[in-house]
Amino acid sequence: MEYFGDPAVWLPFTFAGLMGVSILIYVVLDGFDLGVGLLFPFADDDEKDRMIAAIGPFWDANETWLVLAVGLLLVAFPAAHGAILTALYLPVAIMLIGLILRGVAFEFRVKAPIQYKALWNNLFFTGSLMTSISQGFMLGMYVMGLTWTLPHFAFAMLTAVFLTVGYSFIGATWVIHKSEGYLQVKSVEWARRGIWGLVLGIAAISMATPYVSTRIFDKWFGFPEMLFLAPLPILSAALVIWLWWMLGRMPFYNDRFSWLPFAAASGLWITAFVGMAYSFYPYVVPEKMTLYEAASAPESLFIILVGTVFVLPTIIAYTVLAYTVFRGKASELRYD
Amino acid sequence: MEMMDTLLLSRIQFAANISFHILFPTITIALGWVLFYFRIRYNRSGEDRWMEAYQFWVKIFALSFAMGVVSGITMSFQFGTNWPGFMEKVGNIAGPLLAYEVMTAFFLEAVFLGIMLFGFSRVKRWVHTLATFLVAFGTTMSAFWIIVLNSWMHTPQGYEMIDGVAHATSWAEIVFNPSMPYRFAHMMIASFLTVSFLIAGVSAFRWLIGGQTKGVRAALQTSIFAAALLIPVQILVGDLHGLNTKEYQPAKVAAMEGHWETGGNVPLILFALPDQEARENHFEIGIPNLGSFILTHTWDGEVQGLNDFVTEDGEVLHPRVAPVFWSFRVMIGTGLAMLVLSWAGVYMMMRKRRGTGERAGIEGLPKPFLYALVGMTFSGWLATLAGWYVTEIGRQPWLVTGVMSTKEAVADVPAPMVLSTLIAYLVVYAILLGAYITVIFYLARKAAKGETLKGRLASSEAAQVVAVPGE
Ligand code: HDD
Ligand code: HEM
Ligand code: HEM
Repeated sequence: MEYFGDPAVWLPFTFAGLMGVSILIYVVLDGFDLGVGLLFPFADDDEKDRMIAAIGPFWDANETWLVLAVGLLLVAFPAAHGAILTALYLPVAIMLIGLILRGVAFEFRVKAPIQYKALWNNLFFTGSLMTSISQGFMLGMYVMGLTWTLPHFAFAMLTAVFLTVGYSFIGATWVIHKSEGYLQVKSVEWARRGIWGLVLGIAAISMATPYVSTRIFDKWFGFPEMLFLAPLPILSAALVIWLWWMLGRMPFYNDRFSWLPFAAASGLWITAFVGMAYSFYPYVVPEKMTLYEAASAPESLFIILVGTVFVLPTIIAYTVLAYTVFRGKASELRYD
Repeated sequence: MEMMDTLLLSRIQFAANISFHILFPTITIALGWVLFYFRIRYNRSGEDRWMEAYQFWVKIFALSFAMGVVSGITMSFQFGTNWPGFMEKVGNIAGPLLAYEVMTAFFLEAVFLGIMLFGFSRVKRWVHTLATFLVAFGTTMSAFWIIVLNSWMHTPQGYEMIDGVAHATSWAEIVFNPSMPYRFAHMMIASFLTVSFLIAGVSAFRWLIGGQTKGVRAALQTSIFAAALLIPVQILVGDLHGLNTKEYQPAKVAAMEGHWETGGNVPLILFALPDQEARENHFEIGIPNLGSFILTHTWDGEVQGLNDFVTEDGEVLHPRVAPVFWSFRVMIGTGLAMLVLSWAGVYMMMRKRRGTGERAGIEGLPKPFLYALVGMTFSGWLATLAGWYVTEIGRQPWLVTGVMSTKEAVADVPAPMVLSTLIAYLVVYAILLGAYITVIFYLARKAAKGETLKGRLASSEAAQVVAVPGE
């Protein structure tokens, strides 16, 4: 391909890929943190502590993937960054306030005087809810091309609900993995109820996108593209069925494979994401601005890439280290 | 008009967000190193007092860190939501610097924070010590990269403009721009001073209400000594920083000093009400010739006045005088108060008792002095905010000196929208700040009431954090 060789082509492409990967990692990892927050009202006091213990050592690093994603958007596609974020000004602000509340509630709920614990628990839930609703809303608006009309708004409200249920679902699968006993049984039940949110959400977006843009329609329903693409929906469907089957039988004997639902859920996330990425490529601002138009100067991208090549594997290595240190069932969270 | 309001509101919002954010890094940057120090002292000596100090301060670190992270995320979105012009014009420079901050600093600290906070009994001792080190190192790297960017905005170099967009020509020049070393050093010391007074204040509080443990004693002594050692260095670095600024941003220094006319033998103005309309000071009180001496290191050196920064046709090229002038005096005043207090503290602790010949130690500190320390708990915040206001307001009307003005960067978002988010942020910040300060003193009170050290289980807190029965 003549693509490789011209840095004004392959650099933006690489950066779009990196950005996609960090968004994906973010929605899986912080997705389960947010999901745990969303499930808070359904848990009693004791369970709440254990659910927090299941995410406590990770959430900060998980959230950093969002910083990286928006950072990459900012540094690699400055023009798109401005266009997207000013169009989504209010939902972004709501998300940020949600993230603030969620992040500090983690700390305050165990450090503030005990009589305020319930209040901070509520704020933890509220923060998670604000964050996931606004992220879902932004997703919907983005799919609809970032124009504020009533039908678009309605669609975005719909994706907001679906993403929220989807996050609770992946959160529940994480709790299944990290807990035992009654809490585990409970979280299996949560996951069974939550899975539909994900399914409906993916379905809604998959069906809506081709109608919004004939370009995307042609990309999916032309021939032979349909053949190459067929594995995506088939894989998703298989994952959903498998999940449903598993969740009906959990917890397994000896608690083996308690990580499987989480893994399958992440798989589902990935297929959905790949599908979306395929639809929107090469646009960063749907139908308005391509990657290549929005990209920074090659020399600046290059200097970031050099760093990335060394740093990204390191980040992944110590992320794995952290998950290994805190593997197994979540026990008490204590500073000693 | 619409745009003007948006600009003003966006500026207020940006200032509010960054002011809130900076409070917490100011604490975590140095507190990370202090914890590392406590950890090392404990490893070496096995003395419980160091572990006790570690156990208490790590909680405050965790809380401050969380506040820093969430407000930092707000910061990174601000560029896009409110200042899109900034990235479009200088993104080629700012982008890589921010990217390096995320990659080399944020992930490092965020990942190892988990191990540092909750890994104590899960990993080997050296791993935990290493995690503590990496977190401290990560916060320092954050500060480094962001200060590089901020300093480049003050004293840009190493770039060329092509079609109105900045392109990097030398990364070495960009990173080591003229004001960076001063600003980074001054900020790092500011952080250590802030933490010294925080620890001194909270420890004095614990001491006063009866929690006179060995850990409190160690913390109180260490922090007073650290403050006494650092404050002269900070004043020296501040002076050098000012001289550097005089070279690159003379209008800012003129506003800090509050002189309107250029001339020699200028006084050091202690108090005045600068009046920008009349272009003169009211109620000026000053020390003759000292102004010249500080800025030129000779008694009759010439100092540029503000009137030099007004063009023939009346355009004003200097920042608003009063806020810069006053912020500067607040910073200096706080610094001097820190100097007096910490040196007095050291003197009183080092005095020999008559008879025994032993040093007086904490018992040598009279009660009013301890109360004064409690009062100064957050003095570092005051000085730091004031210092940043000098720096940032003093840069106006430029956003990037000589390259782009603030109003070029602002987003075309309707003013009411900015107003609504501004109000929301302010409400959240006010509540959180209140909660933060309350919780710090609550933890102090609880620690003072709680038992002294029982084995390694230093914290009365642990029992509460646990709250998971039977696991
Ligand atoms: C504990 C905090 C603290 C203390 C006690 C001081 N400063 Fe400071 N000062 C800061 C914390 C700070 C700061 C917040 O960190 C700033 C803002 C930007 C920077 O680089 O440092 C600052 C900025 C700043 C500037 C502005 C430079 C510029 O923007 O171009 C000058 C000239 C000084 N300082 C000078 C001093 C002097 C002469 C001090 C002696 C008492 C002093 N500072 C005490
Ligand atoms: C190091 C990173 C920083 C960057 C990149 C940065 C960037 C900016 C930008 C883009 C503006 C323009 C918006 C405006 O004019 O309001 C600004 C102004 C301002 N900043 Fe900073 N800033 C930094 C640090 C800080 C800190 C730490 C503080 C305070 C604690 C601060 C306080 C202010 C204030 C008060 C203004 C308003 C000036 C005015 O409106 O006259 N800044 N800064
Ligand atoms: C426009 C300016 C700024 C932006 C965009 C910004 C962004 C951020 C972000 C996103 C985080 C969270 C990192 C994480 O997820 O772990 C953070 C934390 C941090 N920031 Fe900032 N920041 C700014 C200004 C500053 C300034 C002026 C300083 C200090 C000099 C600073 C020092 C730190 C430090 C030390 C941390 C990590 C420790 C903590 O969370 O307290 N930042 N910042």
